[in-house]
Amino acid sequence: MAQPDILGPPGQGVPPPAGGMPSARRARLGRRLRSLAGIALSLALTLLGLLLVTFVIGRIMPIDPVLKVVGERATQAQYDAAYQAMGLDKPIWQQFLRYMAEVLRGDFGRSISTGHPVAQDLLRVFPATVELATLGTLIGVCVGVPLGVVAAARRGGWIDQVARVVALVGYSMPIFWLGLMGLLLFYGILGWVGGPGRQGIIYDGMVPTVTGLILIDSLVAGDWAAFRDAFSHIVLPASLLGYFSLAYISRMTRSFMLEQLSAEYVVTARVKGLSEGRVIWGHAFRNILVPLITVIALSFGSLLEGSVLTEIVFSWPGIGQYITKALLAGDMNAVLGGTVVVGTCFVALNLLSDILYRLLDPRAK
Amino acid sequence: MSPLLSVRNLRVSFPTRSGMFEAVRGVSFDLGRERLGVVGESGSGKSMTGRAILGLVRPPGRVEAERMELGGESILNLPEARMRRLRGSRISMVMQDPKFSLNPVMTVGRQIMEGYRLHTGKSRAAARDKALEMLAAVQIRDPERVFHAYPHEVSGGMGQRIMIAMMLAPDPEILIADEPTSALDVSVRNEVLRIMDRLVGARGMGLIFISHDLNLVAQFCDRVLIMYAGRVVEELPARDLHAAKHPYTQGLLNSLPRLDRPVERLAVLQRQEGWRDALPAETP
Ligand SMILES: Nc1ncnc2c1ncn2[C@@H]1O[C@H](COP(=O)(O)OP(=O)(O)O)[C@@H](O)[C@H]1O
Ligand SMILES: [Mg+2]
Repeated sequence: MAQPDILGPPGQGVPPPAGGMPSARRARLGRRLRSLAGIALSLALTLLGLLLVTFVIGRIMPIDPVLKVVGERATQAQYDAAYQAMGLDKPIWQQFLRYMAEVLRGDFGRSISTGHPVAQDLLRVFPATVELATLGTLIGVCVGVPLGVVAAARRGGWIDQVARVVALVGYSMPIFWLGLMGLLLFYGILGWVGGPGRQGIIYDGMVPTVTGLILIDSLVAGDWAAFRDAFSHIVLPASLLGYFSLAYISRMTRSFMLEQLSAEYVVTARVKGLSEGRVIWGHAFRNILVPLITVIALSFGSLLEGSVLTEIVFSWPGIGQYITKALLAGDMNAVLGGTVVVGTCFVALNLLSDILYRLLDPRAK
Repeated sequence: MSPLLSVRNLRVSFPTRSGMFEAVRGVSFDLGRERLGVVGESGSGKSMTGRAILGLVRPPGRVEAERMELGGESILNLPEARMRRLRGSRISMVMQDPKFSLNPVMTVGRQIMEGYRLHTGKSRAAARDKALEMLAAVQIRDPERVFHAYPHEVSGGMGQRIMIAMMLAPDPEILIADEPTSALDVSVRNEVLRIMDRLVGARGMGLIFISHDLNLVAQFCDRVLIMYAGRVVEELPARDLHAAKHPYTQGLLNSLPRLDRPVERLAVLQRQEGWRDALPAETP
């Protein structure tokens, strides 16, 4: 397909701008700002859809929310009072508006299993998951990306073979089994790492909460002992999640790189006399950044969703465990609140990778 | 004076399931400060000859030759680090389609500056000036703007002029142009050729012009190699092309339309098994 020649053939080009920023660059900036407004709109619509879905689920579940509040032995009068207080006598669209207003205020109702407001519970459990998922993704990226790039650059070589086996094992091992074996070996036998949970008992609640991420909070407080303790607890589950993320990221990186390395511009770069390192990292790798960011965001998102099995094996008080327990207890406020938070994170990650795509790929419209 | 480039009995082969496949089978030629055309049908080994000279045949492909000398020094199987210093600075190449041969995520200016700075060690500012100068030299009217543009923002003809500017910036002695106009609109082909010709001539460079278009080569080059199945079947001055002796060359000529001798139907190119192995001297 022929690209329009916006610069025009030499004979009939537009005269150059008098000065300042070259107009090609200014036009690009304008296009990007406009596209960001478009993204914001689609983001708002997606979130509205998410709320609609959770609202509908809340209504069609065969669980009576009023009974959950007033208890099995309430009188009819008590039941009716609560029914009206919860606005269930109002038309359904009014109920939805009320639900939206509550969620926007950060009010997800009270959890019947913990007795706390769901929002308060989420503020406690979600950072635990974020901390674990972030560290896991960091490991996955720092190891997986270079591994994938080298595997592609030395296709068929021993690093490629090792990378293949590493990824295969990562795909096929059951996570709870690996987690249990890891705990047995590194905690039970060798004693190198902390056991289940986020912290040792003596450190529990010792660090003032700032971000909810204990590694960061303990650094903020300057409490090195607490930091070391938290690190020794997180290192094993994070490595485990990191391994799974690495398996996925390295495979994707490899296939993206193979595609780019067979492109003609790579030959051009070699003709210019560039070193193989600059050909690979300076030319080919820059071309895979956009799809790679999407892959990383997806992988991070799936870890944020709460790696339920990992959280259970390591008694990690995260959102995956929280939602699972709430679901089994029929605690709909907690389930829906958790769902809204996880869903919002997914949307936010999508938005982020969309913005990065527009920033990094000059061809983006 | 010794030639810029001297190639004797060059062979390029690739292992396949049914043994070695020889893409180039004993090509020999000397290149002076001239325009040497290399013509042949698709798959005859033209591109592989060019890549072998640049040391860009990737394993498992194999390059062998009796001799391959650049300015009297052997460049055959040179260690990669030393070959890299020659690439771009002494021998360079322009490829077929600028849509694919320019890096889509890098501005034109950066791509031109990159090779120039690598080989000359000049400052950013000097490289910028050089890039703008080169863009002007390939007759781009608004070098400043093109400097900041991305490849997808320029047309094919302009893309190829950018490629030429980029490859000539470090002042190489030899340019290999591998079908440089085949992917371009007919309307801009001549202009791109004219620009390339002028620059190459002014710098006293040697040009290897690879093409499957015999007419183009006849107009544009000083001397022509005709390749068939990985071999040079005939070598002759471009102005003597009409007097070509080899039946394959005659076939190529006869399958072209001519204004001075219109025919009802163009001849179909005939090939004979025997040409694959006959040496140029032995042809009838
Ligand atoms: N990597 C490779 N492996 C095997 N055969 C190859 C490879 N690259 C090119 N060839 C073969 O070498 C022959 C010559 O190719 P090439 O030099 O590109 O021809 P052309 O004259 O069209 O430029 C072709 O038959 C092609 O199929
Ligand atoms: Mg070719």
